[in-house]
Amino acid sequence: MNRLIQDLWYAFRNFLETFGAMQLFLLRILAYSPKTLLTRFRLIAHEIYAIGAMSLVIILICGLFVGMVLGLQGYDTLAQFGAEEGLGTAVALSLLKELGPVLTALLFAGRAGTALAAEIGLMRATDQLSAMELMAVDPIRRVVVPHFLGGVISLPLLTAIFNMVALFGAYIIGVSLMGVDSGAFWSQMRPYVEVADVMEGVVKSIVFGVAVSVLAVFEGYNAYPTAEGVSRATTRTVVISAIVVLILDFMITAILI
Amino acid sequence: MAENGRDNIILIEDLYYSRGQKRIFNGLDIAFQRGKITAVMGPSGTGKTTLLRLITGQLVPERGRILIDGQDITALQRNELYELRKRFGMLFQNGALLTDLSVFENVAFPLREHTKLPERLIKHIVLTKLHAVGLRGAAELVPSELSGGMARRVALARAMVMDPDILIYDEPFTGLDPISLGVVLRLIKRLNDSLGITSIVVSHDVEETSSIADESYLISEGQVVASGTPSELKTHGNAVVQQFLSGMADGPVPFHYPGRDYKDQLLDRD
Ligand SMILES: Nc1ncnc2c1ncn2[C@@H]1O[C@H](COP(=O)(O)OP(=O)(O)O)[C@@H](O)[C@H]1O
Ligand SMILES: [Mg+2]
Repeated sequence: MNRLIQDLWYAFRNFLETFGAMQLFLLRILAYSPKTLLTRFRLIAHEIYAIGAMSLVIILICGLFVGMVLGLQGYDTLAQFGAEEGLGTAVALSLLKELGPVLTALLFAGRAGTALAAEIGLMRATDQLSAMELMAVDPIRRVVVPHFLGGVISLPLLTAIFNMVALFGAYIIGVSLMGVDSGAFWSQMRPYVEVADVMEGVVKSIVFGVAVSVLAVFEGYNAYPTAEGVSRATTRTVVISAIVVLILDFMITAILI
Repeated sequence: MAENGRDNIILIEDLYYSRGQKRIFNGLDIAFQRGKITAVMGPSGTGKTTLLRLITGQLVPERGRILIDGQDITALQRNELYELRKRFGMLFQNGALLTDLSVFENVAFPLREHTKLPERLIKHIVLTKLHAVGLRGAAELVPSELSGGMARRVALARAMVMDPDILIYDEPFTGLDPISLGVVLRLIKRLNDSLGITSIVVSHDVEETSSIADESYLISEGQVVASGTPSELKTHGNAVVQQFLSGMADGPVPFHYPGRDYKDQLLDRD
């Protein structure tokens, strides 16, 4: 029993230490970010391209199917009240405010976050980061910050794409299959979907982008310099990202609602 | 600077360093002479790589001084340290080439980061350095297409590109075929002789290292156990030195990792 408490205490202290270290890491990254954005945009653009290329297919496929499921479920529920016309609004609101940012962030963590962590972790394990330091080049500025910013910029863009594809999926089901009026599907959104709803989604996707990206580069940068260390870093990236995204989602929703 | 005929560019005094519980250096003293090739030899895991990281300021010692041209690097600010590092070139154990850049861009990397030279001049410098290591023809390859020996030569070209006055080699011979090994060996010697670069070669390959070194240090258990010219080491009286140089399995450095008595363990007696 004593042993258990001791282990838990160590685990908790360990968690706090890592959490603190990560916040310091984030502060350092943010401090370098404006200059990197201005002077090294090519490095960042390269990362956005790499992340986009990696994630686009999975975002398109998952977005389409999520949208079609929403179309089916939404129609089924709304039809009970004779409110099928509201399908577009219902789907749009749940996507914009909730499902779009969260699901995209989870997919992003699994696809791009792990790749970021593995790439930087491998650079650590093969001494590339040390070699840079010895060439008097700061690897945080040259490698970590561009990867981080690439992630932060990509996630909101991917979220927007996810939302559009998903809405299209719901449209196919609702309008083409179930016979909801096409005009009503779109026009009902105008009075009910407000700027605040869109902003909620934008805020979420930016916060998730920062959280997942910093987690990924932190895990990679601090990976134990062996093959096993790199694999552990990638696993931790997905697991912790998933938890953090869902907790943050709750917190932001609670604040904004 | 020259005391009793020696001109030391790097002087390490009374160095202490630990990794966790494990003490790696225990009052280490080493001096590297300007313009010479100095070998640091010792069994795997004695801390040779750690020593190089201490010299280049990537690690900070617990105690002791590391003087480079009389300047204590343990007392430097971060930006002063980065400035100092431009005087160093280092060849890592496995090359440590940046995997997402071509051979040409790898060698050009320090120039692009630290200078604003026009493209034509960069091209000229990079191709000159690649030519010196015999790999001008490989400029457009990527690191994954190189053999171990080629990767190390590219890394050498990269280490030279800023014209350092100190070149550090970490295990430059390990895992090379005999031909590549001969090539790397001659390159180290030639760079040292023609450019007057101070070279530090860390290795556990006694034969190869001794053939080019002006002076050798043998470290074990955190201290220097012997030093001198390669021929002086050969006739050294210390048993550890002789065991290491002749490659005997057992001796003062035991073959067996410390453990329980063999017979007791087999018979399961406590
Ligand atoms: N990053 C590290 N974390 C913990 N221990 C390390 C690390 N790097 C090296 N060590 C330990 O320090 C000792 C010396 O390592 P190293 O300097 O690489 O030896 P060498 O280069 O002589 O083979 C080894 O026992 C190794 O296990
Ligand atoms: Mg080593």
